[in-house]
Amino acid sequence: MVAFVISRLLQALPVLLVVALISFALFTFVGDPVAAMLSQDASLADRENLIRLLGLDQPWYVQFWKFVGNAVQGEFGLSYRLSRPVSALIAERAPATLELAFCAAAMTLCIGVPLGIFTGIYKDSWVSRLLLTVSLVGVSLPIFVLGMLLILVFAVHLGWLPSFGRGETVQLGWWSSGLLTVSGLKALILPAITLAVFQLTLITRLVRAEMLEVLRTDYIKFARARGLSNRSINFGHALKNTLVPVITIAGLQLGGIIAFAIVTETVFQWPGMGFLFIQSVGAADIPVMAAYLLLISLVFVVINLGVDLLYYLVDPRLRAQR
Amino acid sequence: MNRVARFLDSDLWWSFRTSPVAVASALVALVCILGAVLAPWLAPHNVLDLASVDLMDAFKPPFTEAGWTLGSDDQGRDVLSAIMFGGRTSLLVGICAVLFSTVVGVTLGLTAGYLGGTVDALLMRMADVQLTFPAFLVALLVDGIARAALPQEVHERIALGVVVFAIGISTWPQIARTVRGSTLVERNKEYVLAARVIGLGNLRIMATHVLPNVLGPVLVIATLNLGLAIITEATLSFLGVGVPPTQPSLGTLIRIGNDFLMSGEWWIAIFPGIALVAMVLSVNLLGDWLRDALNPRLR
Repeated sequence: MVAFVISRLLQALPVLLVVALISFALFTFVGDPVAAMLSQDASLADRENLIRLLGLDQPWYVQFWKFVGNAVQGEFGLSYRLSRPVSALIAERAPATLELAFCAAAMTLCIGVPLGIFTGIYKDSWVSRLLLTVSLVGVSLPIFVLGMLLILVFAVHLGWLPSFGRGETVQLGWWSSGLLTVSGLKALILPAITLAVFQLTLITRLVRAEMLEVLRTDYIKFARARGLSNRSINFGHALKNTLVPVITIAGLQLGGIIAFAIVTETVFQWPGMGFLFIQSVGAADIPVMAAYLLLISLVFVVINLGVDLLYYLVDPRLRAQR
Repeated sequence: MNRVARFLDSDLWWSFRTSPVAVASALVALVCILGAVLAPWLAPHNVLDLASVDLMDAFKPPFTEAGWTLGSDDQGRDVLSAIMFGGRTSLLVGICAVLFSTVVGVTLGLTAGYLGGTVDALLMRMADVQLTFPAFLVALLVDGIARAALPQEVHERIALGVVVFAIGISTWPQIARTVRGSTLVERNKEYVLAARVIGLGNLRIMATHVLPNVLGPVLVIATLNLGLAIITEATLSFLGVGVPPTQPSLGTLIRIGNDFLMSGEWWIAIFPGIALVAMVLSVNLLGDWLRDALNPRLR
């Protein structure tokens, strides 16, 4: 077990290193921090002093090492666009993104898995066919078009729900939560649905395919031959083995939600990290971009590690092989 | 089997083949492609010609005036014509991105599968690393980094190429893996051995003997990737980091229209949105039909 975790961690390290190198290269080669910090009439000596002060006269690997050291402590300097520490900006935006992602993920799992099981068991019923046709449209519907349609119907025409922002938030320590106020919850509904729909169609189809596969296996045939009830076969025998791959699916889906949160946040002007990233790209705000890049890779590495570990715990065959 | 293939692998698609839906989607795709390709000749107005655009024509509602079937936007551009010209860019970027990723993926997959050893391990490790991230995120990050790293005027000149590169590079691992898999099977067949015996070089064997035999599944993935590439381009442009506003695509049109959604001018965003969905949906349907048609065993 320990060896497994260590080997996975060692595999994850190069990913983070490459991303750190890219972020570092962005810092180093884009723009000239010395020119930006010095006044017009600074002398050459001032310039040399500043270069030495910033450590820019060191070889690149020394600078890189320093960069990594700072990054590990969450220190990315000041945002060019907002002139505030990047770490503070991200800490301020993180709760919005996490609440949105969590609600969307809960929605997809709670609706998608049962739908997948249903369409897998009753694969020939017209309800299943209808659901699959609808899910097909869901796959071809770009997430921002869906968000716009929802805004048009529920915000512009019906006027039931707000079209942008987070509503009122409650401060719990450093965490600002929109889940505790009515306006916060109302503001959450449309973005969460937008983010959930695409993942929902995906998870339904994957669970359905998995269920169909399991239902074809010999041990299910044997269970039928033994005269077990459909209920006990479907939920007692088939479901258990269907749910193992669902762990991977859930991991993938969480990754997808984090990626597409960027789009949803932009459509709904949701004050989260994704919206911050898009604004930073537009303004070439390198410190924020670099921090986001590193943070999101870390998140993905952790998700993948978690999925691997869960798999290892759930599937005894993996353990036996070692 | 890869994720997308498994995900679309259902009985519905089998019945699809014999149903009129495949025909219908082919027709829709054809209309989209013809409308986009022939835009300079078919479109009622030339929206790229700034001299012909009149601000007095702005915000015409749809279905009210002849020649302005789908209304006009805030600049006085005809929405239908803008969609046709925008579809041109979207389709161009999509096709170029798919070609790019296919060439890269096939080359690397073939090399990895045929040569094996360290090259194989290295290339597949790279693919694994990239597959840790969703394709859309890779495209967005590559595009964002290029945008920040390139000087403004250089970026403006090659913006379209940057988008093509970003989208293309985001989907190569999937193709490379598929090609590698089939190459591993082909490599040990007798015709390859025969080619080696008569003294052909590795490059020659890979290009003229193995390549034709591994291309079948690639065609299917490429078609399905086209739908994905069009969506990715539209999404990047909608976010304002894709193609420049000077060269409108469906995504930029929707981005512009999005600003007028709240004030009631819904048609500026919704019609390009419908065009985009129609295009992607029909391409996706065709891709699946193609897979079943090419490989009836793959059910």
